This record gives sequence, structure tokens and C-alpha cells, in this order.
Amino acid sequence: MSRNVLHVENVTMQFGGVVAVNNLSMDINEGEIVALIGPNGAGKTTAFNCVTGVYEPTNGRIDYMGKTIVENYPSGKMKRSYAGENAGLYTKRVVNTPDKITALGIARTFQNIRLFKSQTVFNNVLIAMHMRRTSNVFSATFRLNMKEENQMRQEAMELLKIVGLEGVADELATSLPYGQQRRLEIVRALATHPKLLLLDEPAAGMNPQETEELGAFIKEIKDRFNLTVFMIEHHMNLVMGISDRIYVIDFGKQIAEGTPEEVRDNPAVIAAYLGVDEE
Amino acid sequence: MKKTTKNLINIALLLLMFVGLYFLEQHFGRRSMLITVLKKGAIYALIAVSMNLLNGFTGLFSLGQAGFMLVGAYTYAVLTIPMAKRMAVYQYYDGGIINFTVPTIVGILAAGALAALLAMLIGMPVLRLKSDYLAIATLGFAEIIRAIIQWDTLGPITNGSNLLKTYPTFKSVIPVFAAATICIGVIVLLINSTYGRAFKAIRDDEIAAEAMGINLFHHKQMAFIISSFFAGIGGALLAMYQGSLQANAFKASMTYEILLIVVIGGMGSVTGSVIASFLFIACSEWWLRFLDTETYLFGGTVKLPLLRSGFRMVVFSVVIMIVVLFFRKGIMGEKELWDLFTPKKKKEGIKP
Ligand SMILES: Nc1ncnc2c1ncn2[C@@H]1O[C@H](COP(=O)(O)OP(=O)(O)OP(=O)(O)O)[C@@H](O)[C@H]1O
Ligand SMILES: [Mg+2]
Repeated sequence: MSRNVLHVENVTMQFGGVVAVNNLSMDINEGEIVALIGPNGAGKTTAFNCVTGVYEPTNGRIDYMGKTIVENYPSGKMKRSYAGENAGLYTKRVVNTPDKITALGIARTFQNIRLFKSQTVFNNVLIAMHMRRTSNVFSATFRLNMKEENQMRQEAMELLKIVGLEGVADELATSLPYGQQRRLEIVRALATHPKLLLLDEPAAGMNPQETEELGAFIKEIKDRFNLTVFMIEHHMNLVMGISDRIYVIDFGKQIAEGTPEEVRDNPAVIAAYLGVDEE
Repeated sequence: MKKTTKNLINIALLLLMFVGLYFLEQHFGRRSMLITVLKKGAIYALIAVSMNLLNGFTGLFSLGQAGFMLVGAYTYAVLTIPMAKRMAVYQYYDGGIINFTVPTIVGILAAGALAALLAMLIGMPVLRLKSDYLAIATLGFAEIIRAIIQWDTLGPITNGSNLLKTYPTFKSVIPVFAAATICIGVIVLLINSTYGRAFKAIRDDEIAAEAMGINLFHHKQMAFIISSFFAGIGGALLAMYQGSLQANAFKASMTYEILLIVVIGGMGSVTGSVIASFLFIACSEWWLRFLDTETYLFGGTVKLPLLRSGFRMVVFSVVIMIVVLFFRKGIMGEKELWDLFTPKKKKEGIKP
């Protein structure tokens, strides 16, 4: 069995009285494409936000490459109002800001596209390379880092070529059509040199043909950059087409896990999706 | 255009500017209104650009500019008053307790350094919180520092609420422009560096910036310190321009003036801030002065209505309202002057 990349253990995220993620455990291994699906409001994005450090989970632990990056237990006011499971199982608190987690090798895209809106397509990618700089503010201001700067620019251009956006490199990122903005977000994430790529609804708003192309694109970059991919998606064709395994959650709780075939025939999954539009 | 040609053109333009200034000064004289406005305008340009670095380029709202200028102005003045003159300046404090004098340039750099140090101390607790707190903290800082400087116990250093004077000043417009040009040049270089891109990323979207591995606190702190450094230098230059110094002049209204310049020029435009600074100073010191003077026409028989002391500020307030209501992006928006001269590449067929 290949190496474990992401280990999510008993993670609960409670907002006030709302338990958005409820005792969720997941494992993702090197080289896999794993999908996280579930009805609207199931807690998928919240789970991503816990992994990437945007939210601090109320309880539970998250390991990346065998190292704990997030751990917490209910404390303070939450101690009394905690409505999840496994209270008392965790006793440590490990916090990492999102930038630290990105630096460890986890990059993400956003469900509601978050490009740097005043910046060009090219600069959006370039900004993601700032993290790996060796220059300090002095050497960068006085252009003593030209070698590094030129390398960054060259790599940014190469990345843009992979998605065919090199022709619009100098356009404002927000002037691109929707599908290209989503691809730009993926390229921008790649510029941080991730090992694990989290995609939050990468095909949202795409037509069937674009969605199919996106599936091929995800597989292509996975092989090219040796990635592990963890993806939230509603388009079932895409999910079934490229995933090795699927986690299904509803009301924050896992209701199924398995290969696309196993999940498709699972009665609990069918029940959860009943009445929910299948796109 | 190639980078080297661009640089050559810039250097040529700068040289041209200084030659022009030289002849203007020769022709009109150092004490003429035009030269006075140019001097003060250049200093305000630097201060406005330093504020824009923080408010316009990094998206942090700070209201401490007058405070950092005050720190810079006092640091400079206190350190550079010649030994022989100290007895007279610090007459109520036995000549003060500082018994050394540093060269002008050291004084200016020290002014920036102390302002930067204070910014670091303020930023440490505040910049980890939501951005709104920075405005409150810096505003409070500016008020407190003004009170501290006038505090009698510190009199042997700051001369309390008495004037500081006889420190070295400049006579010609050239050194002011040289100092302001160098400082603004450094800020422009910073803005166009990888750190400047990170600042703009934070301004555009903090969450995305953080997800791209940019440490928010570290970069906000950096922008705040650098902005304050140049505000401190601006304060030192302002002290030199004024020739004498009193803490009371550095009120919150001074910060609002600079904020107004930044907004009129365009948040996120260096050239906008520079143009707006000269316009603002020219209006307030020169072109709109007549609004404050009672004027009689026809041999003193007819008094022009409205013109009296204070009316200038009324007009200014109206201008501010018009700008805020109808020209929210300012003169330049986020563009720079040179963007207007670079023809936009023809859009290729990328539209859906
Ligand atoms: N910051 C927050 N504060 C309070 N409640 C929140 C917060 N973030 C999410 N929630 C709640 O948590 C639940 C799960 O939201 P989440 O965005 O994770 O769902 P999702 O599975 O991503 O849904 P969708 O498919 O619509 O994107 C929702 O009920 C939402 O209202
Ligand atoms: Mg979501």
C-alpha cells in the first residue's frame, strides 16, 4: 500500500450550535484521486477549511505525511456546548496558519473563485511563487534577486502554457471567462509546488464538454506533477470518471466510502441524494 | 519597449526635472510662492505615497501618519540642533540633556528608523487582529505621542511645548526634490518587487493570499514598518521646510489631509498621490488663498460675499464630498501615469 498523505481523524467542526462536520475520518494515499461528495450544506467545504487551516476544528486531529498539522479539543465556552462525539479523546492543541500548511505542500482552490482581482493572469501565478523566495525585502527592492525573479517569471509562463493561458497572461484575471478562471486557480495552486491538491468544485458552472476536458486535465497534472488529488464535486460524471475512491458525507457525517461502483450502488447514498438534483 | 530604454528614458526625465527646477528657482527666487509650493508639495508627495503603500497597496487602514511624521520631525530636530545653539533653544531646560549633534543625513535616517521602530511595536499586537483595529490603534498612537512629546518631564529632550529651532534646514528646492525622489523611487521599486505583489495580493483577497503561502502578519508588519519609516523621513523634511517645530501642529487633521490626497490621487496609484499632493498644496497655500481674504470691489464699495477667514476650508470640504461621492477612484484609480502612455495590447479572442 502506498504512503498515507492525509489522515483526518474524528474531526468535528461546530459553529455555535451548528455541527457542520461531525466526527469525520478520512485517509488519502499518495497518488490517489479521492472525491468528497454530499448534498448542499453537507459540510464539504468546511472539511477543506479545517485541513487548510482556515478554520480550527472543534475536536479531532489531522496529519499530513505522518505529521500532525492540526489538533484540537473542545475548550472554553465550547467545553459545555460541544455536541459532537469523542470529547476527551484529544488533549493537545496544534494550530497552523493557512500559509504554513500551504508551505508544507497542501494547495487549494476555492468554491467561489478567489483570484487576485486587480492583478493580471500572469501576476496571479507569480504571487503564488512568492512563498518559495529566498530574497529578503531589501534584496528584492533593490533588484539583487534578478536571477530568482527571472526564474519565477519563466516558471509562471511555463505553467500558464500548460493550461493554454499564455496568450492572456497580461489580461486582468477577472476578465477571463469563468472556465478559464477556474483553470487559472488550479495553475496558481500548482505554483506553490504542492504534493496534495485540494479542489473545491472545480467544475462548478462548466458545461458537459468543459467538465470532461477538466477531468482529463486533472489526471494530466496529477501525473505530471506527482500529485495526490482530493476534490469536492457535484458533477457525478466527473466524480465517477476520475476518482479512485469516494467519501460521501451528509449533515457533516460520513455515510459511505468506497470505489465509484460501490458508492453508486450504496442505498444510503441514494437516499441522501433523493430529491437532490443530480447535475 | 526594452527595459534598458525605459530606464534611460526615466533617468533622462528625472534629469530634465532637476534642470527645470534649477532654472525655475533661478528665475523666480527661492522664496517665491511657486518654489515654496514645490518644496512642500514634494514633501507631501513622499508622505502621501508612504500612506498609499499601506492604505492603497496593502489594504490596511491606518490613521497614524501625523504621529509617525511627528516622531520623525522631532527625532531629526533634537539630534541635529548644533551644540552652540542648544543653550538658547532649551532655555527652560538648562540646555537639554543631549550633548551631541549628528550630521543632517544621519538625523534624517534616524527619523525614519525611530518611526519604523515604533510602528513595529504598535504592529505586533494589532496586526494580528482584524484590520479595523489598526486604524483605531494608530489614531490613538498619534494622539498619545503628541501629548508625550509636550510632556514637561521630557522637556530636556523634546523641549516640551516650546519651539525647536536652529536645526539645519534647506534653502534650495533641489535637495528636497532629491530626497523625495529617492524615497518615492525606493517605494516604487518595492511595490513592483515580489514583496509588492504579495502586498497587493493581501489587499485583493486575504484568504487567497494566505492560501498561496503568504504570511499575513509578516507582510502586513513589513508594509507598516516601511510606510512608517518613510513617514518619519517625511516628517524630518517637513521640519526642515518649516524651520521651527512644535508638536501641536501635528494634529489628526494633518492625517486627514494626507488621506484626502491619497484618495483624490487614487488608492493604489503612486503618480496619483504625487499629482494630488502638488495640487492640494498649491490650492491650500496659493490658488485658494484668496478665499480666506475679505475682498472689496469697485474701490472698496462692494464686499464680495462669503470670502472670509475659514472659507477655504469650507470649499475644501465640499471638494472632498464631491470626490467621495462621484470620483471614488480618484484622479488615477489604480493606474500610474506611465500606464496611460503605454498602448494597451489589442485584446485577443478570449471572450466567450
Ligand atoms: N463560518 C461559518 N459559520 C457558521 N456556519 C457555517 C460556517 N461555515 C459553514 N457553516 C455551515 O456549515 C454547514 C456546511 O457548510 P459547507 O459550506 O461546508 O457545505 P458544503 O458541503 O460545502 O455545501 P455546498 O455543496 O453548498 O458547497 C452549512 O450549514 C453552513 O451554513
Ligand atoms: Mg462547499
